[in-house]
Amino acid sequence: MKHTQLRIERGRSLNSQFSIPGSILVLPALLFLAVFFAWPLVEIVSVSFTVSQVSRGATPLAVLADPAHLDALWFSLWQATLSTLLTLLAGTPIAFAFARYRFVGQRVWRALAVVPFVMPTVVVAAAFSALLGPRGAINAALQALFDLDRPPIQLFGTLPMILLAHVFYNVAVVIRLVGGFLSAFNPSIEEAAASLGASRWQVIRHISLPMALPSIGAAAALTFLFTFTSFGVVLILGGARFATLEVEIYRQTSQLLRLDVATSLAIVQIIVTLTVSWASARLEARASVPLESRPTSDIRKRPATLAARALVVGSLAFISVVLIAPLATLLLRSLNLEGGHLLRYYSALSENVRGSLFFVPPQTAIRNSLAFALVTAALATLMGLPLAYAIARGSDEQKSRLRCASPGARLLNVLLLLPLGTSAVTLGLGFLVAFDRPPLDLRTSIVLLPVAHTLIALPFVVRSVLPAIRSFDPRLRDAARGLGAGPLQALRHVDLPLLAAPFAAAAIFAFAISLGEFGASLLIARPEYPTMPVVIYRFLGQPGALNYGQALAMSSLLMLVTLVSALAIEWANEQTSR
Amino acid sequence: MRRLTVLLATAGLLAACAVPAPPPRTPEQTGSAELRSLTIMTHDSFGASEDVIAEFERVNNVKVVLLKSGDAGSTLNKAILSKNAPLADVLYGVDNTFLGRALAADILEPYASPALADIPDRFRLDPQNRMLPVDYGHVMINYDKAFLQEKGLKPPALLRELTEPQWKGMLVVENPATSSPGLAFLLATIAAFPEGSAYDWRQFWRDLRANDVHISPDWSDAYYTQFSGSSGKGPRPLVVSYATSPAAEVFFSEGRLAEPPTGNVEGTAFEQIEFVGILKGTKNRDLAEKWVDFMLSKRFQQDIPLQMFVYPVLPSAEWPDVFTKFGQPPAQAFALSPEQIDQGRERWIEEWTRIALK
Repeated sequence: MKHTQLRIERGRSLNSQFSIPGSILVLPALLFLAVFFAWPLVEIVSVSFTVSQVSRGATPLAVLADPAHLDALWFSLWQATLSTLLTLLAGTPIAFAFARYRFVGQRVWRALAVVPFVMPTVVVAAAFSALLGPRGAINAALQALFDLDRPPIQLFGTLPMILLAHVFYNVAVVIRLVGGFLSAFNPSIEEAAASLGASRWQVIRHISLPMALPSIGAAAALTFLFTFTSFGVVLILGGARFATLEVEIYRQTSQLLRLDVATSLAIVQIIVTLTVSWASARLEARASVPLESRPTSDIRKRPATLAARALVVGSLAFISVVLIAPLATLLLRSLNLEGGHLLRYYSALSENVRGSLFFVPPQTAIRNSLAFALVTAALATLMGLPLAYAIARGSDEQKSRLRCASPGARLLNVLLLLPLGTSAVTLGLGFLVAFDRPPLDLRTSIVLLPVAHTLIALPFVVRSVLPAIRSFDPRLRDAARGLGAGPLQALRHVDLPLLAAPFAAAAIFAFAISLGEFGASLLIARPEYPTMPVVIYRFLGQPGALNYGQALAMSSLLMLVTLVSALAIEWANEQTSR
Repeated sequence: MRRLTVLLATAGLLAACAVPAPPPRTPEQTGSAELRSLTIMTHDSFGASEDVIAEFERVNNVKVVLLKSGDAGSTLNKAILSKNAPLADVLYGVDNTFLGRALAADILEPYASPALADIPDRFRLDPQNRMLPVDYGHVMINYDKAFLQEKGLKPPALLRELTEPQWKGMLVVENPATSSPGLAFLLATIAAFPEGSAYDWRQFWRDLRANDVHISPDWSDAYYTQFSGSSGKGPRPLVVSYATSPAAEVFFSEGRLAEPPTGNVEGTAFEQIEFVGILKGTKNRDLAEKWVDFMLSKRFQQDIPLQMFVYPVLPSAEWPDVFTKFGQPPAQAFALSPEQIDQGRERWIEEWTRIALK
């Protein structure tokens, strides 16, 4: 069953697709999105456009007439485009390296790449400042070396700094999504082409890249939306001169309480999101071809050729310099180098010297963070997998020719990314006005925290596994069914082992999204279950060496927890899919 | 499949069990049938000692729930938007820069607390007592002593001096559109260089911009990442922070510092007063009144300095040593009335954004 070309006839039989009663399994996800996304959005739109103390009747078209808002839209768009391109450029080769080659410490390297994703922006800004700032290590070294008066590198407050930070945060998305996809499929076509005399560049250009295209499209869409709605990075690292729509929405809401303007801008964001989502869904569906699947362990080789070694070494060098170096400066600064105990700031985390009501022992913060992340990952994967299968089935082009396709599934695929591109500030106020009466008086409930995290994690899970499910050669499943396997047996013995890598990526990001407190600003009021990022921000709210040291100590613990969690999820996933 | 089911089920179960246990802080459960709860909505910077709150809970047989709701501006907005179904009984943390908005929104019930008798009149900005003063503080410029000494500079004596060449590239301020100290500092400059005067605040900010002022989105970034006098060791020696920041540096140095590494620049201060009020529609008016009285009592007032690093409004409240030594309020501060601020805030921020950023 070797494929010698990519254009293969698509699966023919009607029951070639997964056939458990999808509609029932999809219901929880649909209900979830309707209640926790659509409804709050509708409520806040209706409040925002009813003239009152908080609204003076601005409309989306009217706000765009203001050049400042148009600038914000334009800046949001092109910095996100640029950030996405750079992230793909950096991440795709690394994804190939991880998917095609086997090397020492591979799991740890891959887990390390996820750590930046969860770090609070203030802390990351401090790390970059320590390295690249006017008084940072690199400038100091260059000044000493070349006897310069002024620091030669002036990155802070510039666009390159924003782009660098966006790559820092999002490169793991590309590494995981593209890498996970590639490692599920057999590279034998690449080898065949090479043996037929294709040059390395021809193989990449005509085989590897087209093959990976659906996953690249998914990673690009997710990265674009994360950077399009970027808030902290733009504010802190870009300096105040740059403003995305999200920044403008926050300003209009928090300082000016102009909900009409804020919500109008949020609607503009939503329209852009829909366009991006539609384009990427189309790209993914068109680019999907059935590919021969193989369990991951079969296809990785030692990097034997010079080019292969260069790719692996280059990838690891990139991870070390761009991702690990800034994190390492934080680790260094979390140590007490001014005399006394080296780990003073860590031990201080467990002391409540001032008898504060809001003291949180570190183990409590870690436990809270892990608990919320676990719930988020469970909710997002349990709802997301059936959704991904339903979309793969419903939007299959072959099916549409047979008139079995559900337009609903296609629409769902497009709408699904909306939570990622919807302003957290706006949706948070939506929660406030939607959940203020029984039976859903949830405004201060603990439930809202994992719900907010899941809203972001769910689209992520679906988009990470969807390309693999689509490209999965349906004849394998047919064969299993033909041999008498039930649908669940087919899922267990055919789909799951082959989808192991994309599934691990999905679960890890669902977990990381919660650990990094994405969507936390959705909350009206934080219930009394502080997580690690909350504790970090609390320390950074007051002056003094002890506060700063403890903030960095807690940040270092957050890195450790993320690393260990990513490794554990991957391990658990390997155990189950074996 | 079974293994997968088991794994997912275990994960689900773990997740269910792992939902954190409620925090240990609960009042004595005796007579729990009558135990009521009182909800207080605050900004994220609220702080108090465990035993102080526990005392209130014990005496009044009540469970205090504190809803931290974001920064000061967001907290007030949430209170306004939930007017029809209030989230809390009491709102704390509105300051004089937002007082006008809070009063105009009609979300508070008047309460003439007997405890007000001991509070100086200058703090009582709402004659109808819908918002009662609790604490005050000063946003002002801090300087890095070592940095200035090394450069042979003396801290600026006047705000205007900051536009001179010797301070080029040395000042960090927060964006008034995203930060509460940033807004307070903008108001200080508006009070210092009033509109209509020959040299007004707009010109001052144009000159500051020409002198390479750095604008941070929030206090944490300004103080820790940009300011050279903090542990973050940033590049600039002047930052908009608080009058009590030098004292906090000593307090949080664990005895390492006998003197603050930073000092206050006189003549740059703006006074912030924080208020508490009873939210309209509370079903616990009696307890809410007791809470307001409690916040104005000596017990709570004396707890304020080391928990929130601001000053208690009650003159008889004693200050900790580190405050009397290093945390004295400035000799003078700029001020604007809540009405002036409420009328000007939006326009000033818009204008400032054009002048300082565009």
